[in-house]
Amino acid sequence: MHREDFLMLDSDIVYFDNGATTLKPKCVVEAMDKYYTVHTSNIHRGDYDAAIVTNRLYDETRDIVKEFINCNNSSEVVFTSGATMSINMVVFGYMKKHLKKDDEVLLTKSEHASNVLPWMKLSEEIGIVIKYIDLDDDYSFTVENVRKSISDKTKVISIAHVTNVIGDVRDIYTIGKICREKNILFCVDGAQSVPHMKVDFKAANIDFLSFSGHKMLGPTGVGVLVGREELLNDMEPLFYGGGMNSYFEADNSYELKKTPTKFEAGTPPIAEVIGLGEAIKYLMKIGMDKVHQYEKELKKYLISELEKIPNLILYNKNSDCGILAFNIEGVFAQETSIYLNHYHICVRAGNHCTKMLKDNLGVKNTVRVSMYLYNNKDDIDRLIDVLKNSKDIFKVVL
Amino acid sequence: MDSNLRREIILDNYQNPMNKGLVDDDSYIKIKVNSDNCIDNLDFIIKVSDDKIVDIRFDGEACAISTSATSIMIRSLIGRRIEEVRTILINYKKMINEEAYDSDVLGELNVYDEICKQPNRKSCALIPSKAVEKLLEVLDNEN
Ligand SMILES: Cc1ncc(COP(=O)(O)O)c(C=O)c1O
Repeated sequence: MHREDFLMLDSDIVYFDNGATTLKPKCVVEAMDKYYTVHTSNIHRGDYDAAIVTNRLYDETRDIVKEFINCNNSSEVVFTSGATMSINMVVFGYMKKHLKKDDEVLLTKSEHASNVLPWMKLSEEIGIVIKYIDLDDDYSFTVENVRKSISDKTKVISIAHVTNVIGDVRDIYTIGKICREKNILFCVDGAQSVPHMKVDFKAANIDFLSFSGHKMLGPTGVGVLVGREELLNDMEPLFYGGGMNSYFEADNSYELKKTPTKFEAGTPPIAEVIGLGEAIKYLMKIGMDKVHQYEKELKKYLISELEKIPNLILYNKNSDCGILAFNIEGVFAQETSIYLNHYHICVRAGNHCTKMLKDNLGVKNTVRVSMYLYNNKDDIDRLIDVLKNSKDIFKVVL
Repeated sequence: MDSNLRREIILDNYQNPMNKGLVDDDSYIKIKVNSDNCIDNLDFIIKVSDDKIVDIRFDGEACAISTSATSIMIRSLIGRRIEEVRTILINYKKMINEEAYDSDVLGELNVYDEICKQPNRKSCALIPSKAVEKLLEVLDNEN
């Protein structure tokens, strides 16, 4: 879909590394260019025309996010530098203040490093206990597994909506309901889901939702934390400075601005926020259900073709999104990615920042194909052709 | 070197690496090596006695270049005196980093003399030398 909007595709590449970051459509680049060439200015304090335009575009992006994600109001939308920062803000700005020793936090072993390490650090600092929800044979888990893992001490469940290696789509709507009933805080890492499917903040009873701009056609350097307003009001900023205070005096007294401004100290990534707004408008115009449906069809086609090749191991055939992890039998993942690069096919080899999943998967490293709306069957056919001839792989890579 | 021969040596050492698999023996020095740029992750155990390398073993998941380089490095170092090991290490690193080096001391390790053409694989070729470097540090600290 819409390949003409992506200038990177003018070169002869197959881009299958969308789990890492995505290509940017012209409208995003142009909106950012325009900020840099037509209305460069800081936000908040300017009375001249350019600043007024910039201010409007910056603030409008909050409204766009609100509509996109269906939260209660725009002040629940905090701009961050990315999903990693969003999760760290939740852990060290909110949880550190409200959790205490022996409180339990439920994660899974297929979480991205950014949804594990902050919790480990908090555990080190205040003695919370991290527990892992059991994964089934296909590395996904059921709502039943969640129920079994909950104890009287469970205070938080923090999971990815879609994981970045296996791509399993978790039933956040049911899990959110359980959390609400049991008074458990529900944190969702939406880095791999928000770009690819409709995510409804209110319907899923989410307390904190994190995601990154660059994985959803937007620029690097910007992300979002959506939090329920009463929780954000009770969360400490991690950074202090200009833009986020109402006053401060020599006697050490100060007052912070309200949510979400109090979390955005200093000059924010203005061009990036504007670019993100443009990216979300672009996605909404296509429609997220259509994006998800399209990717599922691509995945089905990818699997049906890959299954015809005998020496491949596929790790997650059944997951309901555009991510596939595989290996060529007896070939280290990185050799495969270097081999594919010879044919201008961009994939990623590695543990994809989920270092704990090796306990379940039995291998540490896989090759990951992750698709997006601009991929098509031709891309898949090119991959299949190259993989069919992989007996010559070492002639190519060595 | 002929590129087919080069490939054959690398592939042979990748598919049948020397001394893969660790042993549980306290007389060995244990060393862990990760590469920053690639995804290799290897554990080494090295036994030194009378100023000589007696044995090196390794294990882990790694690519063809780092696995084969480790295998060849092991074969080149076992039985050597520590001073010789230093010389080999210095020249090997120079070769990988495209500096002037003495190819006579490197023997089979010369198969990596063109790895600089694939800059993203340099760090793979340097995995075994990182391990040996760490070993030398341990030995220097002991003395
Ligand atoms: C599931 C998941 N969570 C979080 C992140 C972190 O995103 P970022 O690096 O943009 O902060 C990623 C990125 O790969 C991811 O895949």
